[in-house]
Amino acid sequence: MEIFDIFLLEAVINGLLLGGILALLALGLNLIFGVIDVVWICYAEMIMIGMYTVYYTHNVYGWPLWLAFLAAIAVVALMGVILHQFVIRPVLAAEPINQLLVTGGVLFFLQAAATLVFGVEFRNVGVRLPQLQLGEMYFSFSRLIAFLVALAGMIAVYLFLKRTFIGTAIRAISQDRAIMPLMGVNPNRIFLTTSALGGGLAGLAACLLVLQYDIHPAIGLTFGPITFMVCVLGGLGNMVGGFIAAFIFAQFISVGGFFLHSEWGYVLAFLFFIGVMFWRPQGILGGK
Amino acid sequence: MSANLRWIVIAALALAPFSGMGNYPLHLLIMCLLWGFAYTGWAIMGRLGLVSLGHGAFFGIGAYVVVMAWNHWGLSPWLGLPLALAVAALVAFLIGYPCFRFKIVGHYFALVTLALSEVTRLIIVALRDQTGGSLGATPTTALQQADYSIWAMQFPSKVVWFYIVFGCWLLGLWIWTRVDRSMTRLALQAISQEEDAAASVGMSITRLKLGMTMISALVTCAGGVLYAQYQQYVNPETVSGIGISLQMVFGAIAGGMFVRFGPTVGAAFTLLLAEGLRLALGHDIHGLDTTLYGLMLVLFIIFMPKGILGAAQEAWLQRRAKPASAAAA
Repeated sequence: MEIFDIFLLEAVINGLLLGGILALLALGLNLIFGVIDVVWICYAEMIMIGMYTVYYTHNVYGWPLWLAFLAAIAVVALMGVILHQFVIRPVLAAEPINQLLVTGGVLFFLQAAATLVFGVEFRNVGVRLPQLQLGEMYFSFSRLIAFLVALAGMIAVYLFLKRTFIGTAIRAISQDRAIMPLMGVNPNRIFLTTSALGGGLAGLAACLLVLQYDIHPAIGLTFGPITFMVCVLGGLGNMVGGFIAAFIFAQFISVGGFFLHSEWGYVLAFLFFIGVMFWRPQGILGGK
Repeated sequence: MSANLRWIVIAALALAPFSGMGNYPLHLLIMCLLWGFAYTGWAIMGRLGLVSLGHGAFFGIGAYVVVMAWNHWGLSPWLGLPLALAVAALVAFLIGYPCFRFKIVGHYFALVTLALSEVTRLIIVALRDQTGGSLGATPTTALQQADYSIWAMQFPSKVVWFYIVFGCWLLGLWIWTRVDRSMTRLALQAISQEEDAAASVGMSITRLKLGMTMISALVTCAGGVLYAQYQQYVNPETVSGIGISLQMVFGAIAGGMFVRFGPTVGAAFTLLLAEGLRLALGHDIHGLDTTLYGLMLVLFIIFMPKGILGAAQEAWLQRRAKPASAAAA
């Protein structure tokens, strides 16, 4: 029975580390939703593009890893700006659901374009990080990094929103969209900044995920749906809620997958999500 | 669409198998009507502002329940069909009632139903000992002795399938029309615009929405049954999950979800586009067809949110209105 508990503890701690990644994934999406009121269904596909950027700059063109990471963040941030300017902006005045669907179209487009350009082969950056050993338990070092970066990213975004002028403007516009133009704030500039920031966070997530997962065009579907669930569970647009929800979800996946098969962990997490929606439709901490 | 044109289209379709068309065009026609049927089911609730990204769940339930009941219990698909419909109705109720009771609408409703379609896909994959997991499953054939089997709902003849699917499609259109002409539709349209105001004049929002959701789920589920029996193959990726759910939404929107033939036109358009691109470009350039498809979806939602048929109808009505107003002046 002793050894069993150690494995359970390992699952719990691995869940905690997985929660860090989910929290980072949810952070960008929540920021976008909180400010622009749009859910980027294609968010995970943008991360996929970021992962390919790392692969091509690092493995094909031989850039150092840190430069490849910067390139990925820049590329996805730019994609966020393009997405907003050319896809979201034309439908901002349309039915809200059209904004959701138009990014769903982008999902198809990015996934197919990645197949077209990069092929369906699985790629791996080939950076091997050591396993951490603690007693008889093993943890992934890359997950620990992801966890720490997610925490740092969360704090950085918080400080940016609280301490800078443009951050204040972003928070203001998310509270009252109609009045801000009257106060001399250009909403489109704020939206573009937010999109770039959200894209940059997706790029950052891509850098961390590339250390753990093989890259292929459909990788987005692996963590796309779970990211939406995390955001909704925490209350769409509520960044602290998303952070907490990420850890709850990760425990379901990790511990559920420990007792049963890994898919059942996901099934339990989703069922839990549906259950919570009926208990607190506005999310555990309340959204907009 | 004018009444005459409508009947001409239906009559032409009914006679289509006798036009001497080959097996491949007939197959495409069957698929257009089959998807048209399922998309029409989605549009029954989609047009009322209840945008569900979870219809892959109902389609998948339809497809898997009949095949599993046949393979494991030897239950005829004719009996599997009501079983599948019952399961879909139950799931629709379980997800719909709390959603509508607690006013989960818009983005939240879309994402909750998205979770539902993912749960369905994951459960199918997780029960791999029974369902075959990601490899999919084939209904056990009943065609060793006979050329066809009514009991097993297995007909190699495409003509037979054409009439089965055609009949279901007409039924789907009939349901759509009944809903369109009902008071419920008007009530729900009011609800989709101003929920609190509608409630204040005494509308039972939860009951009305739930009714629509269940009708819509049943039609889509029946579409799944047809798909499984016609294709004789089911796969969790192609009958459930986020991909198929989005495909339904886009098909219905591309055709126009506010007009009767819209979802069918959308199904035909998306299917013919994919097949046409595949034929024109070949298999060598993997992904080009879906890339263009995705691009067109984006353009559609930005520039033609009412869909092909919706836009055509609007243009036609405007043209007809103009001479009349000129004469009045």
